[in-house]
Amino acid sequence: MEQLKTIGRELAMGSQGGFGQSKEFLDLVKSIGESRSKAEEDRIVLSEIDILKRKLLEPDVPKRKMKEYIIRLVYIEMLGHDASFGYIHAVKMTHDDNLLLKRTGYLAVTLFLDEDHDLIILIVNTIQKDLRSDNYLVVCAALNAVCRLINEETIPAVLPQVVDLLNHGKEAVRKKAIMALHRFHRKSPSSVSHLVSNFRRKLCDSDPGVMGATLCPLFDLISEDVASYKDLVSSFVGILKQVTERKLPKSYDYHQMPAPFIQIKLLKIMALLSSGDKSASEMMYMVLGDLFRKCDSSTNIGNAILYECIRCISCIIPSPKLLEDAAEAISKFLKSDSHNLKYMGIDGLGRLIKISSDIAEQHQLAVIDCLEDPDDTLKRKTFELLYKMTKSSNVEVIVDRMIDYMISINDNHYKTEIASRCVELAEQFAPSNQWFIQIMNKVFEHAGDLVNIKVAHNLMRLIAEGFGEDDDDADNKLRLSAVESYLQIISEPKLPSLFLQVISWVLGEYGTADGKYSASYISGKLCDVADAYSSDETVKGYAVTALMKIYAFEIASGRKVDVLPECQSLIEELLASHSTDLQQRAYELQALLALDARAVESILPLDASCEDIEVDKDLSFLNGYIQQAIESGAQPYVSERERSGGMFETTDYHSQDHHEVTSHALRFEAYELPKPSVPSQASTTALVPVPEPSYYSEPHQPISTSSSVSERESSEIKLRLDGVKQKWGRPSYQSSTSASSSTPPQAANGTSTHSDGGGVASSSSSKPRSSYESKKPEIDPEKQRLAASLFGGSSSSRSDRKSSSGGGHKPAKGTANKAATVPKENPIPVPDLLDFDEPTGTSDVAATDPFKELEGLMESSSQDGGGSTDVMGLYSTDASAPVKTTTSVDSLLSELSDSSRGTYHQSQTTKGPNSKEALEKDALIRQMGVNPTSQNPTLFKDLLG
Amino acid sequence: MIKAVMMMNTQGKPRLAKFYDFLPVEKQQELIRGVFSVLSSRPENVSNFLEIDSLFGPDSRLVYKHYATLYFVLVFDGSENELAMLDLIQVLVETLDKCFSNVCELDIVFNYSKMHTVLDEIVFGGQVLETRSDEVMKAVEEISK
Repeated sequence: MEQLKTIGRELAMGSQGGFGQSKEFLDLVKSIGESRSKAEEDRIVLSEIDILKRKLLEPDVPKRKMKEYIIRLVYIEMLGHDASFGYIHAVKMTHDDNLLLKRTGYLAVTLFLDEDHDLIILIVNTIQKDLRSDNYLVVCAALNAVCRLINEETIPAVLPQVVDLLNHGKEAVRKKAIMALHRFHRKSPSSVSHLVSNFRRKLCDSDPGVMGATLCPLFDLISEDVASYKDLVSSFVGILKQVTERKLPKSYDYHQMPAPFIQIKLLKIMALLSSGDKSASEMMYMVLGDLFRKCDSSTNIGNAILYECIRCISCIIPSPKLLEDAAEAISKFLKSDSHNLKYMGIDGLGRLIKISSDIAEQHQLAVIDCLEDPDDTLKRKTFELLYKMTKSSNVEVIVDRMIDYMISINDNHYKTEIASRCVELAEQFAPSNQWFIQIMNKVFEHAGDLVNIKVAHNLMRLIAEGFGEDDDDADNKLRLSAVESYLQIISEPKLPSLFLQVISWVLGEYGTADGKYSASYISGKLCDVADAYSSDETVKGYAVTALMKIYAFEIASGRKVDVLPECQSLIEELLASHSTDLQQRAYELQALLALDARAVESILPLDASCEDIEVDKDLSFLNGYIQQAIESGAQPYVSERERSGGMFETTDYHSQDHHEVTSHALRFEAYELPKPSVPSQASTTALVPVPEPSYYSEPHQPISTSSSVSERESSEIKLRLDGVKQKWGRPSYQSSTSASSSTPPQAANGTSTHSDGGGVASSSSSKPRSSYESKKPEIDPEKQRLAASLFGGSSSSRSDRKSSSGGGHKPAKGTANKAATVPKENPIPVPDLLDFDEPTGTSDVAATDPFKELEGLMESSSQDGGGSTDVMGLYSTDASAPVKTTTSVDSLLSELSDSSRGTYHQSQTTKGPNSKEALEKDALIRQMGVNPTSQNPTLFKDLLG
Repeated sequence: MIKAVMMMNTQGKPRLAKFYDFLPVEKQQELIRGVFSVLSSRPENVSNFLEIDSLFGPDSRLVYKHYATLYFVLVFDGSENELAMLDLIQVLVETLDKCFSNVCELDIVFNYSKMHTVLDEIVFGGQVLETRSDEVMKAVEEISK
């Protein structure tokens, strides 16, 4: 810091503007460097903002000055201050003809604006023009901006130019065009899905750099859809082989490794393609074996490739020889002194352990060393490995270790994660109930506020239901040991709220069940809890309810209840509580004390917390009463919907419509035309499909059976796609679909609510009218529970573990068996999907032609792909640049103070002063406010040229 | 994909920050501060990797390298190779060193736009574009001609 200060001062005083910047900028940087506090820095920046505001408004700012101001704006914003007052000047600078100024403009704009900013409209035109420029450097600058500033709606505006640039003469441009296209794909796959074949074709580009760039989008595409790229396996293997055999020009070498970044990308791609595919894997054996032999494990990049090979082997179906090689590489990593390599070794071990579990045993000591290491990153990685290695034989050791570590760290995020892992392992592998309860106590004690509330509920349910086997004796022991441990812990200070809730609940439910502890002892403890945590209403609520249960069990068993004086005073205090919840609980408790044994027993039966309570949602027990009332002349009930709109037909989709409208304040799609009353059954199949094209633009064959209704619907879509109101229409449309599990509003009907839990409420209020509606209430809760039990815990995939004593994820008794027997038959999405597929056909707008087109492209490209192995040979004939040994910079940087300052001269090209015309236009813009609307198209046309 | 490139000095002052998905200024500051506080608490002679889910969302990793008064930081997701990213920092630093002959913190502060030019040639839209520092140099010289 001292060095920086002195140098800064020297510079500022001596060679003014030695960096091509003005003295003011140097002063600014210097004073910020010297500021002692954040407040001081803020003050400096705020005064700088004032200066810049003033200067930017001056007339006739020379362009060179303006460039500096903009850099200063960027600098200010990097320090965290708002520079939006100057955005418009950055936008204007992108219009400049001078390359350096234009680049500065683009740089500032890409840093300032997000892709939905209003000012982007002013830049799109410039970008379009620049993409067509003869100067490839201008094109590159524009492509850079494209990556950052173009959003889904503006992609079509620049897409044709970007596609043209794929065949540009300069490889630098081709590379960037591919990257830009890749970026489009990430932002909006549908907008470029018809261009995907270009990536395949560019794999055979004559320039290896372009080929390397193509691997990035291909990696993404392949990870989305492995099957359709299987044909490229041999090409990728061929390319990798040639790269490793040094067929590429020497200039691609990095630290004596041939094109390592390309090798790594290729290995990643092949891991995807060959995963679980025997024949594809076999194709790779040779080249992987070569890599293990050739890689120089003394350089960082060589190890990077080795690690990637290990990763690849863990994905494919490996040969025993390769596994051996991988294990050897891992042991080298683990034996290394470098923490980085140890980290990679542990990571690799974690991957290979899935394939052959005995690998880890050779490295036991190394793993334990890593666990003791002061490096936190390494430690966490090792815990991750242990987590993967856990079996019922080692669970006690591993979980104990994890808990010790959990207690020692302060990082809440990681604490939460490791706590949940402890819980998961304990639930799956617990050797005894005692141990399990102990572990849970520790987790709650030390990370109680961080664990998911579900964990607490799971624990309570587990204690209530026992470990599954119908062994009441074991269950009782479990409960007793829980109660005993809680009575020990309860007096410790500052327990987490969630833990206290569990304790209170268990004490209330089972505290007196065994007869070992008297009711007054338990209730005394509960009162202490409520007193000690008087600010925590949830805990108090749990404690009061627990008290109520204790007393209820006493009354039910015919014993006389002595309410302790402190309990009495607690109840009295709560009767006047500000919390209505606590008040109600207190009143209930008081009322309960006055009841006789029989009544109390039916209110709070012993150990019945997990019995299912049946709720009659249709309130059918009132039917007789209603009937009676109607007979005596009362009006029948009219539902709210019927009351509000006589014009609505009472069919299913309208009810869904209503639901949609209320959930979103505004609706941007056109309302559908009034329909002839179609029977709801038929309408579901005809209507569901509608707005499909905007998600998947892959064309489908048109369906011949589309009814008149669906035709009308599809013409509506066409309108929307033409983009009249795209800016508003699309996003809202998407959000609504995501909310209702991708069923478009128009299409919504009974089926969509199957998967939508919220639908239950709306349906229960309306009388069952169609078959859909009436089915729903029965299916929904069942399905939800099923889904929760299937997918609620990640443990289900690891079948070997499930077999042991686990059971933490057990659903309520009734459904447990069902969940086990019909795991595959998750019926939720099926109807939707089926209906969905059909509708896609109705998009006959874009259907036939592009499909054929695409087919043609795919054919030609796959031919190209096959030939790519030959093309690679061309690279070797390219001129080979001399190898330059790279210098290490570590030491160079430390010479900060010694290096002579005089060498820093930046050439600064400047142009003449700003033209008046531009300023006038600028003033016009400012008069209008910074955000132009499209109402004044001529003005901007003028401005943008 | 690379999510962010940062350079900051050992005092925690940002010297260059580039996020490949737009983030509002306040969020950027928060992340820079968060990264710095993690980095500054790391002891010497430990690995250059960090798992940084807590700041950048799930499956985020961070690789950093400490040169004299500067931290070079790359944040990326699971589709990149940690060791390769470490070498990417090396590429960046080597290139800067060629650009500024003996690069130091001040060069980075005062040549903000050139820094970005160099970076844009190496990392483009979050993907590694070029790793040959000679080629990067050539491109940068072309531009500043």
